[in-house]
Amino acid sequence: MAALTMFEKVWSAHEVVPETSDTPAILYIDLHLTHEVTSPQAFSVLRERGLPVRRLDRTLATMDHSTPTDHDQIFGGVPIRLESARKQVEQLERNTSEFGVELIGLQSPQRGIVHIIGPELGATQPGKTVVCGDSHTSTHGAFGALAFGIGTTEVGHVLATQCLLQRKPKTFSVEVQGRLGPGVTAKDLILAIIGRIGVSGGTGHVLEYRGEAIRAMSMEERMTVCNMSIEAGARAGMVAPDETTFAYLEGRPRAPAGELWERAVDTWRQLPSDPGARFDREVVLDAGHVEPMITYGTNPGMVLPLSGAIPSSGDEVFRKALRYMGFEPGEHVAGKAIDVVFVGSCTNARISDLRAAARVMDGRKVARRVRMLVVPGSQQVKKEAEAEGLDRIFVEAGAEWRESGCSMCLGMNGDTVGAGKYAVSTSNRNFEGRQGTGARTLLASPLTAAAAAVTGRVTDPREFLG
Amino acid sequence: MEPITQLRSRTVVMPSTNIDTDQIIPARFLTTTTREGLGKALFADWRYDAAGNPRPDFILNRPEAAGCQALVAGRNVGCGSSREHAPWALIDYGFRAVISTEIADIFRNNSLKNGLLPVTVDEETHVWLLAHPGTEIAIDLETCTVALADGREVSFPLEPFARYCLMNGVDELGFLLSRKEDIEHYERTHAK
Repeated sequence: MAALTMFEKVWSAHEVVPETSDTPAILYIDLHLTHEVTSPQAFSVLRERGLPVRRLDRTLATMDHSTPTDHDQIFGGVPIRLESARKQVEQLERNTSEFGVELIGLQSPQRGIVHIIGPELGATQPGKTVVCGDSHTSTHGAFGALAFGIGTTEVGHVLATQCLLQRKPKTFSVEVQGRLGPGVTAKDLILAIIGRIGVSGGTGHVLEYRGEAIRAMSMEERMTVCNMSIEAGARAGMVAPDETTFAYLEGRPRAPAGELWERAVDTWRQLPSDPGARFDREVVLDAGHVEPMITYGTNPGMVLPLSGAIPSSGDEVFRKALRYMGFEPGEHVAGKAIDVVFVGSCTNARISDLRAAARVMDGRKVARRVRMLVVPGSQQVKKEAEAEGLDRIFVEAGAEWRESGCSMCLGMNGDTVGAGKYAVSTSNRNFEGRQGTGARTLLASPLTAAAAAVTGRVTDPREFLG
Repeated sequence: MEPITQLRSRTVVMPSTNIDTDQIIPARFLTTTTREGLGKALFADWRYDAAGNPRPDFILNRPEAAGCQALVAGRNVGCGSSREHAPWALIDYGFRAVISTEIADIFRNNSLKNGLLPVTVDEETHVWLLAHPGTEIAIDLETCTVALADGREVSFPLEPFARYCLMNGVDELGFLLSRKEDIEHYERTHAK
């Protein structure tokens, strides 16, 4: 039998009808996650056509993008201040209730960023197809699932038929040899990968992250890596399931239990790419050469090691990006004064991320004139952090400790950076205006973000890790 | 979806590479629950200053851009967020085609589903189009070609099924619903 990649195994197991030269494949979807921003128009289509949701047992809704992170607006009876956001939240409540879709609602202790709660609940599992109207659905690929973002029209397709029409993407092996050094994180690695292959390097491909450095990672680190696959243009990124994956999933509320668990694990063990499986493209990196990274421009591919300097020349797009950022060619980003630090997002707001930031913040203060916002990825993460006393470390340092949500990653809920201000952010996109009109985003790891909060400048976090 | 076979239009050129969907429509406009009326938010942060006044140097604010239905963009247009609001905003504004050397996957899919033509051209054609803003082009889905003012006809790739849907104004949901038996069969044989 031909040696297959993990992607090919998952793909072929979900072909309702294989693709032909004339028609795309009909691909079955195991888990459909949905949220308030990209679903309203899809529910409207169902309503207009008189269609039900086909598989309520495979559909899960929550709210995260436009929700406030302020305690009073969620639990204190204060209405959501941003009227358009409030309407969107209410619309999702109406839609899920009308169609019978399970909703993890605003006050639920299970609520959080959709890509954080899927794994947390054990709903994300190896070998599954997972979609959501959100490009960071690639996160779930960390479990060996085929997970990708879709548009709202496709959200409607999945709601109505549990299927999507898809052309089979190509495969791309990203092998990371060796181990990451101390103070160098999964975030630094994925930024280095994007810097290497470029922001459209993965277009049309599914990435498979392989190699010693990936095997050595926790699930949370693998999620950080897979999360940003889309920033390299790849709709999906995957990591082969292993003992780390199984240990993470076992006992989670929606993971199989008992005999079903044993059977599931046996199946999952068959998923990794076969020895000798061929990929359409391959790249190899050495983890030992990766340093703490920071972006300097207006896409995640404009990235450099903290020790490095911005290129000394480039095209008009490069110059435009630097003008927006207020940087000069050839400059170092390290040492630059910053205004805001955001620790949060589906990239870096899991418990290990908060622990990393707290490790730097412990016993220290947020620098004068710097605003630091810490937004846990879910209410579960928040609870866990509070049980460990991480919230006190942040609050005593002078940071704001918030309720969970997407928050300042995209500023939809009103949590924004401010025009012209510099934010060191653990999120995933440094596009112009991503964190609010005129905001200047420097993407980095939670360690680097925390170090910047303490010094008020872009700082190598290894100085604090002694 | 309106059927579309041909599009004849002058072009608007935005040469920036990696124009992401956050630029096409910033997140603060995504709190809508309908798909209508998003054209006014198209490229909002490039189009308007902080006070909401049009920036005179931005291409869409210039008189020559009026009525253009084809947008020629730099490489890797539509990267980033999966928001379908991006093609909705482009269409509501009046665009029917986006032309580049590379078009990001999700944006391309979303465009096809709304009758916005994603046209991927070769480097040489792209360079020519970037250098000739306002040129008249003719896109023909029958032949999958773009006719340029210098007489050249350049072909572009288009998935046969997507082409069929565009030319007949068919939406994919109808097709999927018609395959109900296949879906039911799959569900019976893949009990999980």
